[in-house]
Parts: sequence; structure tokens; C-alpha cells
Amino acid sequence: MKSLLVMPIVLPLAAAALCYLAWPWRRVQRLVGLLGAIGLFAAGWALLAVVWTKGIQSVQIGGWPAPYGITLVADLLSALMVALTGSMGLAVMVFSLFSMDPGRESHGYYPLFHILLMGVSGAFLTGDIFNLYVWFEVLLIASFVLMSLGGERAQIEGGLKYVTLNLVSSALFLAAVGILYGEAGTLNMADLAVTLRGSGQTGLVDTLAMLFLVAFGIKAAIFPLFFWLPASYHTPPPAVSAIFAGLLTKVGVYALIRVFTMLFVGDTGYTHAWILWAAGLTMVVGILGAVVQEDVRRLLSFNIVSHIGYMIMGLGLFSPLGLAGSITYIVHHIIVITNLFLISGLILRLRGSYRLAGLGGLYAARPLLAFLFMIPALSLAGIPPLSGFFPKLALVKAGLEGGQYWLVAAALAVGLLTLYSVIKIWNEAFWKADPGTREGPLHEQTDAGTSGAPANRPLWGWFAPIGVLALVTVAIGLAAEPVFEVAARAAEQLLHPEGYIQAVLGGGT
Amino acid sequence: MRSLILAATARFLLPILFMFSIFLLVRGHHLPGGGFVGGLVAAAAFVLYGIAHGVEEARALLRVNTISLLGVGLLLALASGLLPLAGGEAFMTGLWFQHPVPVLGKLGTPVIFDTGVYLVVLGATLTVLFNLVED
Repeated sequence: MKSLLVMPIVLPLAAAALCYLAWPWRRVQRLVGLLGAIGLFAAGWALLAVVWTKGIQSVQIGGWPAPYGITLVADLLSALMVALTGSMGLAVMVFSLFSMDPGRESHGYYPLFHILLMGVSGAFLTGDIFNLYVWFEVLLIASFVLMSLGGERAQIEGGLKYVTLNLVSSALFLAAVGILYGEAGTLNMADLAVTLRGSGQTGLVDTLAMLFLVAFGIKAAIFPLFFWLPASYHTPPPAVSAIFAGLLTKVGVYALIRVFTMLFVGDTGYTHAWILWAAGLTMVVGILGAVVQEDVRRLLSFNIVSHIGYMIMGLGLFSPLGLAGSITYIVHHIIVITNLFLISGLILRLRGSYRLAGLGGLYAARPLLAFLFMIPALSLAGIPPLSGFFPKLALVKAGLEGGQYWLVAAALAVGLLTLYSVIKIWNEAFWKADPGTREGPLHEQTDAGTSGAPANRPLWGWFAPIGVLALVTVAIGLAAEPVFEVAARAAEQLLHPEGYIQAVLGGGT
Repeated sequence: MRSLILAATARFLLPILFMFSIFLLVRGHHLPGGGFVGGLVAAAAFVLYGIAHGVEEARALLRVNTISLLGVGLLLALASGLLPLAGGEAFMTGLWFQHPVPVLGKLGTPVIFDTGVYLVVLGATLTVLFNLVED
């Protein structure tokens, strides 16, 4: 069991190392990349199964005992996130095998992809807050390179904004960790939870909470710190956008959930009120940005921002139902938004553009694609019985129970505007007649990531991951009960961290 | 522009710096040093040689691809972490030989890890710097 917990980190690292050894052979790299993704997928789901049946798992790295060494811990939330990481990694890897241009493939796309997955898994599994910082850096450095790999003009511009804002966030995070260490004398999150619950100093602890909120808020792209995301996510190739959209902001959300359920719970009237404000404003501002966009990927980017609001709304409500709603929302959103970005890649392949004005007639030409688009699109808007409906319902219910009527009203209105924004893609790209001309006013930023996309690879490889993810979306919608049960138990573990502390420190301190 | 003085010095400095980097690597477990700084010193040696004699010659002298160094290093570091798993210990537990080896001192998995770090740092630094110098 102990070895299973390190596998989500070991397998991508091994895959990345082997890809580096196979540098001159692109085919070998593709094979290793695929095998590594399959391995991570299997390890993630096996870990979730073990945590579900046997409770929280922990391992002390290097055999150093808990508050001193680094602990890896998998509670249900961590295990669920790792399982999703593996799933999205596999889906996007398959998509990459068919969509990535040979230039990027032979310049390190596959090893970087695996280092990114390793960083994401590590961030989900670590039980040490400084180690969390390290994993953030690992995934950020991999994402910096993936973002600008290929060196197109728009990519460099987007990458620059992405790098700058994320470095600010890292600096704030590191400063917060330093102050936290000065205050509590430990970095192990379970130990910190015990220490902070015992200390009476709310002033400094609140300050720290706000520092972490800003640092993770930048990574999670909450209002008013989200502007790097729509400025950069539409620039890399579609497979890269898809994995970023699916996983990276969710790492920020996960970190927020972790620290605001484990560490900063002494003054929830203050800290979580801020989170609620941020949640409401993120939803509203994000979706207002989305509805005016004329580019598929920019529109989807603003939709990510908007829906981050829902994920932290449950955290702000800080009730079992609210947190369960947030966790289910994360599960649903990871799958749906990854799929929508993959579909945007397929649209690019078919029509050579992301611009809504230049698209059209896809329903007539590709009815299957139109159908596959409708599933995640309507799910994103929260139409029953698809996967987006139930978490939204849970969040609305939790909001009403918590007396946050304005927030609930905002959440419902944002749902409608989301529907409007995806229907806009539907109308423009799928329903209206094909305008025929692809040229239009060529927008430099818009059509980035188009260079050298191999047109000779079979289309079924592009459709397969999209179809599978759409099926999963439908399945989660139809069988929401088990998913919600897992989320409810994960939320319970978060609200009662005794089990987590016990698993890390053993016995008690 | 080639400088005769630099070219002659680099030829002498390369082995000295390289030996020094190995020395740093080996003493690094308990004393200042280690794989990271050792790798940097070794990279500095090759870069100096590359500046003096041209990157092509430095690459030829290195014989292996810089990116392969990176891969081998990562695998070594990973293997040092995985070895204890076979014995039922936690990932990355330090395992040591009982008897110290002459010259090298105590040997164990942390040394393998440090060697991995050394190769990763050497490979990564050289990949970046050689590319920069070539441009």
C-alpha cells in the first residue's frame, strides 16, 4: 500500500526520464508518453479505491517521522483529484498523439507533459505546506515551457503574462509559508492544524489566511486576480490548453480548500466571508467576460474563471453540503472543460480557425461533433440530467441554508449566462451557414497554435477522447448518487480533520 | 573570437574543475557540497571549454547527448528512491552499506540520489548554455 501512494509521482517521473533518454526517437517518446499516462490513470483509480475502502492513507517519505519529514497523505479529496488527473492525462495524451505537431513532439512535449502531471499529482498528495510550494513550482515550470513551446508570437506574449503573474503568486505563497513557519514552528499541515487550533492569535493568523487566499487565488484565477488566464490559455496548441484548463486552476482551488478547511478555521466569520465575496464576483465577472468573446477558446477561458466561483462558493459556505457541492463541481468541471477545449481543437482542425465569425455550418458537416459538443456545453450550463446540474443544485441548496440569497441569485443568473455563452458557440460555429471565407480580419492572437498541426493523422483519434469524456459526463449526470456520496464523504473528512491528523501524526501530539 | 590564453587555460582547467566537481559530489552528504553544486561546477568546466574551443568541440568531448544525461540522472535519482521500497521501507529511505569504501567513504542510496542530481544539473545546464552559445 505504501508504494501505491508514491506511484502517481514515480510513474510520470519515470515516463519523463525515459522520454529524455529517447530524445532522438519521436515514436518511442509517443509510446512511453502513452504508457506513462495509462500507468498514472491506473495508479490514481487504484489509490481512490484503497482510500475509499480503507480510509486515509499516509506515507512518511524517507522514513522520517511526521512533523519533521515530508508526509504524503491521500484522503478522499486528494485521491479523487489524483484519479481525475490520471484520467485527464490519459484523455489529453491520446488526443496529443493525434493532434500534436512533430516539431513540438521532438522538442520535449511528452516529457514536459509528464512532469506537469507529476507536479499536479504531487500537489494533491503532499501533506506538507512547503512541499506543496515545491510541487507548485514543478508544475509551473513545466507549464511555462509547455505554454511557450513552439515559440509562436502569441504564445510568447501569453506565456509572459502567465509567467509573471504566477511568479508573483509563488513569491506571496513562499512569504506566507515563511511567516507561517515563524508563527507555528512547523510546516506539516496536520501538525499546523493542531498548532493553529491551539493558538489564540487571530490577528496574525487572519493575515496569513489572506496571504494564502491571494497566493492561491492567483493560481485558481479568482476575482480580481484572474486576468492572466484569459490572456494566455488561448495561445498554446489545443491539447496543452485542454490539460491546463482541466487541471491547473483546480490545483489552486484544491490548495484553497485544503488550507481553509485544515488551517484557517478559527475565524471563519471573517476569512470565509471574503471567500464568498470572491466567489460571487468571480462568477459574475467571469461570465460577463465570456459572453462578449468572439473566439472559442477565449470564451471558454472566461467560462473557467466564472466556474471557479462555484467551486469556492461551497468552500465559503463551509457546510457539509456546500463542500460536497464544491467537490462534485470540481469533478464535473474538470471533465467538461477539458472536453470543450479538446473540441475547440477539433474545430480548429476542421475549419482552421477559432473565430466565431469565420466558423459555421459544422452541424451540417459534422453532426456527430455537434452532438458531442452539446453534451459538455449543456452540462457546463447545468442543464439536467447532465453532470453540471447536481453540484449546482447542491450549492444552491447549501447557499439557501446558509442564508446567502444574493450569492444564490448570482449563481443561478450565471448559470443562465453560461447557457447563453455556449449557445453562442452553437449558433455561430455549428448552426449558422458556413460563411465560406476563412480569412476575415485575421486576428493575430486568435489563430495561434495552428502552425503545423498534422492534418494527415486520422480523425477518429481526435474524436475518441472527446466521445469518451462526453460519455463520462452523461454517466455522472445519470448516476449522480455515487459521485455525490464520494464527495459527501470527502467533505466530511475535510470538516473533521481528526482522521487526517491521526493518519499523519499517528496517535496524537 | 578565439583567445589563445583562454584556450590554453581551458584545456588545463577542465580536468581540474571536473575532479573538483566529483570531490564536491562525494563529500556532499555531511559536509558542504553535493550533487547540485558539483553538477554546476562540472557544467562550468564544459562551458568554459566550449567558449574557448567552440561548442562543437565541447559536445564532442562530452561524447553523450546533454539531454541523455538529464534522463539518466532522473532515472538514477528515481531508482535510489525506489530501492528501499523493495526492502519494505518507505520511499526514499536512506540505505547505507555497513563498511565504508576507501576514498569514497560511506556509500548508500543518498549517494546514488546525489549522483542523479549531479547528472541532471549537468545535463540541464549544458543543454541551456550550449544552445545559448550556439545562437
